[in-house]
Amino acid sequence: MSPFVVDIQNLVFQWPGKHGFRLSIPQFLVKRGERVFLQGASGSGKSTLLSLLGGVLLPQPCHMRVLDTDLTALSSSARDRFRVDHIGFLFQQFNLVPYLSVRENVLLPCRFSQRRRQRALQSAGSESAGSLEQSADRLLDQLGLDMKLARQRVTALSVGQQQRVAAARALIGHPDLIIADEPTSALDADRQSEFLDILLGRCDDENVTLIFVSHDERLGSHFSRTVDLDKLCETAGEST
Amino acid sequence: MAVSIALSVMLLLGVEQLRTQAKQSFSQSISGTDLVAGARTSPIQLMLYAVFRLGDATHNIRWSSFQAIAEHPAVAWAVPISLGDSHRGFAVVGTNTAYFEHFQYGDHRLLTFVEGKPFADIFDAVIGADVAEQLGYHVGHSIVLNHGAKGLGLAEHTDKPFKVSGILERTGLPVDRSVHVRLEAIEAIHLDWQGGAPMPGVSIPAEYVRKFDLVPKEITAVLIGLKSRAGVFQMQRFINQYKGEPLLAVLPGVALDELWSIVSIVEKSLLAISALVVAVGLSGLVAVVLAGLGERRRELAILRSVGAGPRVVFMLLAIEGLMVVTAGALLGVLGLTVLGLFAAPVLEAHLGISYSAGMLSAEAWRLLLLVMTTGFLVSLIPGYRAYRMSLADGLIPRL
Repeated sequence: MSPFVVDIQNLVFQWPGKHGFRLSIPQFLVKRGERVFLQGASGSGKSTLLSLLGGVLLPQPCHMRVLDTDLTALSSSARDRFRVDHIGFLFQQFNLVPYLSVRENVLLPCRFSQRRRQRALQSAGSESAGSLEQSADRLLDQLGLDMKLARQRVTALSVGQQQRVAAARALIGHPDLIIADEPTSALDADRQSEFLDILLGRCDDENVTLIFVSHDERLGSHFSRTVDLDKLCETAGEST
Repeated sequence: MAVSIALSVMLLLGVEQLRTQAKQSFSQSISGTDLVAGARTSPIQLMLYAVFRLGDATHNIRWSSFQAIAEHPAVAWAVPISLGDSHRGFAVVGTNTAYFEHFQYGDHRLLTFVEGKPFADIFDAVIGADVAEQLGYHVGHSIVLNHGAKGLGLAEHTDKPFKVSGILERTGLPVDRSVHVRLEAIEAIHLDWQGGAPMPGVSIPAEYVRKFDLVPKEITAVLIGLKSRAGVFQMQRFINQYKGEPLLAVLPGVALDELWSIVSIVEKSLLAISALVVAVGLSGLVAVVLAGLGERRRELAILRSVGAGPRVVFMLLAIEGLMVVTAGALLGVLGLTVLGLFAAPVLEAHLGISYSAGMLSAEAWRLLLLVMTTGFLVSLIPGYRAYRMSLADGLIPRL
């Protein structure tokens, strides 16, 4: 088993059109269990990189392996399955599906992935559907949320609470990798640190690799490794 | 959203139901009568004047012809009808009491009296619901007949007034607009008339007419009921080939269907309009869902991130659309039934239209299915749009 969760060499992706943005990364490696702070301003290509890592976009043929899997060799539905089986996503805001309850939102990945469903049940200790809910509730509790919220509509929650629910959804069923795209940017300054600590704590406990993208360099102090996206990429026109 | 679909479905099915039921009740205008006979003319014309009191009879038929028909072994009953006079715009029908025993309409309903009873005295008159309502008549009222067809403002038979003996319940048929009197009375009031005007110098007072022979010499049409339905064509042939004078016998059902086809262009237009309304409703649904898709891009991105492929997104949107259409359709059916239950008595009382709000006709179910199928197909449009958006946006929509 490779020690790398992400192993990228000579990746090139070009958005269609004459002035399409071009992303070019000579090398990007992430070890298993690392906490990587990926810093970049908007427009620097971070959305593109995240979409590539998530298997939503396909680069031009290159060496790109995520969790020992060559994503470029998979069909689009196989990539969809891979994504949900192994990766949890956290977005900046509007993370939750408005017409589902809190618990249903947390359990979404389990509806699409057998693997995560099994692992969520195992963590609860038995194989019945009832314990899926218990699994979700426990996770919410570990993230500092009152379990009473589990059955409520997500629209009743504050932004901070919503982000914790989103974190629970990313964590349920023990994915191998969590990709977080500016998850604290919509929170108040004092809440940001709190949220980050809780997230990092959970990732440590579950031994989940975390790639955390943000433009706010002050948050970098929480992470063991900071990567500057500009330095990582070559923009069009520059050479290595 | 579902409500606007429900309303348009209600309109479509309502028009369909009314159309079907109107046609049915029209073709049952004289159910129970096997044949209508009169002077030889076109079948539709015979139906128009004999049943609907529209237009004039081309010719009368002799009493002897009526007797020949009535005495035929296959005939169970024969009711003579005489037309020609009017009363303040309403047609006067000369007949006998057998009319009230044998005339049926709709679901084999007999004429019923809301006041009074059939004629006993020679100058009794039984009036229809419209006549009573518009002229404000009650049992015991005295009326005078006009000579000749309605609206011509011709001379009146003032010396021989009639008395209203009964008022019929509303039927929704030309019966409501008729004044029924005895055949003998028609003869009586024309005794001292000749060529359409009173004979000068001759005047026979009312109390003396009863002494005359008042068997009519001519009548306009005959309603015939047979002992066995199977013999209807034989009877029709007998009448058509009658040697005494040129006659015509018509099967009411057949002639009524032909008459209805004249109206068919109206009913088809109505259906087309309601179909248009449904189309508008469905287009509205698509427009609203499409417009709302912009708001839902983040939701779709979330679904993509938890493993939903673009095809799943497509199906999600398509099924959402289908559910709205189905909910709207069912709501529409429910709404129509409830509305029908409340409206039926009003329609009956004020317009004479009998509407039964119960089961939908087969045609209505077919229309409903068509609406739902179209709704599903139309939902594929936002589904496809969401599919494309999802492909383009991936996990992180550009907003």
